Amino acid sequence: MADGPLLACTGISKAFGAVQALYRVDFEVRRGEVMGLVGDNGAGKSTLIKGIAGIYPFDEGEVRFEGDSVRIHSPREAARLGIEVVYQDLALADNLDVVSNMFLGRERVRNGLVLDEPSMERAAAATLASLSVTTLRSVRQRVIGLSGGQRQAVAVAKSVMWNSKLVILDEPTAALGVAQTRQVLDLVRRLAEQKLGVVIISHNLHDVFECADRITVLRLGQRVALLERAETTQQEVVHAITAGALQHVPGMADSRAVEA
Amino acid sequence: MAENTQQRDGEEAPGPADADLTIGATTAADQTLSGYARLWWQRVRSGELGSLPIIVALVLIAIVFGLLDDAFLTERNFTNLLLQMAATAILAIGVVFVLLIGEIDLSIAYVSAVGGVVMTLLIRTDNPGWPWWLAIIAAVAVTTVIGLLQSIVITKAGVPSFVVTLAGLLIWSGVVLILMTQVTTTGTIRISDERIVGLANDFLSDTGGLILGALVVGGFAVSQALTARSRRAGGLEAKPTLIIALQVVGLAVVTFAAVYYANLDRGVPTATVILGVFLVFWSFVATRTPFGRHVYAVGGNPEAARRAGIGVDRIRIYVFMINGFMAGVGGVMLASRLRSVATSSGGGDLLLSVIAAAVIGGTSLFGGTGRVVAALLGATVIVSINSGMNLLGLPQGTRFVITGLVLLAAVLVDAVSKRARAARGLA
Repeated sequence: MADGPLLACTGISKAFGAVQALYRVDFEVRRGEVMGLVGDNGAGKSTLIKGIAGIYPFDEGEVRFEGDSVRIHSPREAARLGIEVVYQDLALADNLDVVSNMFLGRERVRNGLVLDEPSMERAAAATLASLSVTTLRSVRQRVIGLSGGQRQAVAVAKSVMWNSKLVILDEPTAALGVAQTRQVLDLVRRLAEQKLGVVIISHNLHDVFECADRITVLRLGQRVALLERAETTQQEVVHAITAGALQHVPGMADSRAVEA
Repeated sequence: MAENTQQRDGEEAPGPADADLTIGATTAADQTLSGYARLWWQRVRSGELGSLPIIVALVLIAIVFGLLDDAFLTERNFTNLLLQMAATAILAIGVVFVLLIGEIDLSIAYVSAVGGVVMTLLIRTDNPGWPWWLAIIAAVAVTTVIGLLQSIVITKAGVPSFVVTLAGLLIWSGVVLILMTQVTTTGTIRISDERIVGLANDFLSDTGGLILGALVVGGFAVSQALTARSRRAGGLEAKPTLIIALQVVGLAVVTFAAVYYANLDRGVPTATVILGVFLVFWSFVATRTPFGRHVYAVGGNPEAARRAGIGVDRIRIYVFMINGFMAGVGGVMLASRLRSVATSSGGGDLLLSVIAAAVIGGTSLFGGTGRVVAALLGATVIVSINSGMNLLGLPQGTRFVITGLVLLAAVLVDAVSKRARAARGLA
């Protein structure tokens, strides 16, 4: 049980009208593993992630989380299972400070009414410290004054505060400078060290190779490769992204196996 | 964009200087007076002006009008200002909440008039002769429901609040006319109930004023001390005792000077006490409760609030209900002060004064930034200017132009400081 994958999706399909966004995709994440999820635009990365996050249901296939078969109907259910997604636009309120953002919508109160600021501030600081985020001047700093990397760190810390077991990061290094990208990738590794399962979606293969243990490649809604980082090269991944072998030719109603 | 980024990198230099400061660490700089002053100055430079522009404006107003007219800086005029300011500030509290969620309410002046008229009609001795307190409750309930109705249209139909409340402006001014013409042909109904008239025309005794001052200062000191203690007990950085002591002394000096000055004339107005109660209550709601936190979040980033599981529409509806409630209270206070309601109630420059008060007080029109106390600060500025111009006998046209320019200046300060914040803060 402990060695089984944290998340195991098998035979996932999802269509939007005539568009087959995902076709019989297998996807798994182990505890303490960083799984890179790569693919060209429209390959189905977002569709896969949104299904796992409960934004919409898959048409076919089974999702197992911690060994149990689950159907995730809403983001709230995903959160209850321990699945948190950090979207590209981060969804932080600029006008609030770091603590307020990390507890937004889940504030701790005393006497059923008053915000318990000391308790929230301690918990926020402890979470950030556990992720070795040390570049913030103060957890009472407003988010508007933070750099891109710091914002990403706050968004990630927010996602791990709630006993989450699987953290999905959507393009966490897009729009970041070199030093800040470094910080975020280190942060991703630390999440895995804490035995969380991590999925990192990125267009930047360099970043994926920096931190991922394994890499799933999607192409036109199908999984065309599952590679061990240590045993592959960027060239091989690029080849899979652009010309990976499909089991199914898009546009054909019948799913006869075709060798590309 | 590129320029902004460069500027930020150059000025903030997120390098070695920051790297060794760990989270929550108590730095020596924060704990001293000069450290506090330096932090404050940093914030001002980065565009977080706080109450600074207001204080500058008030000093300027006092100097200019004080020099121009001997009657301006007198105890008589001081208590007059307190009386005139109460209703404007009470209405502005509601507007602050609406601005915080990035919306606007143009109907507030006439909604307040509806409140005043409803109350006045209900206490007429011949018919139906309701007790004064029940009439006030009914008036405030009516205006709260008006806020609810307008917010339902805004949230459920997705119509901008600007348009809905613009329609409301016309609708509620019409309702005021309809209600008034039902019962009177003169266009005015006098209020004879002494308790209602007393709300905005009575004064505390001299001792009463001093006790009130002591309560204000004591309450502030206790709440600051308790906050600091609970933070220290939790092992967190707290405001240094020296700073708290200085703030308490500062507040005590200002409060007791004001009470003393008011006591030289007629005393502290009851209206000021009523205003104070609402200021404290709504400040508490805005800063210490999850609801208040969610109001700021909705104003700052509605999408973030929605994803955090906050019912954004529900917050918007509550805020417009708060605004309606405060409009009712303000309407009662206005009617009380004038001892009457008229077909012209809610007209004139009331709407502009109230919105200007909220904005001048430092509430951002862009949503998410501002404090409840802005209502008080802004109302002080607006009412002082009006009073000064009245004393000087300036013609109506000149007064409109000057008030408009002050509002424009306040909006410019908001826009420029927002740009300064964005230039420094946003990646």
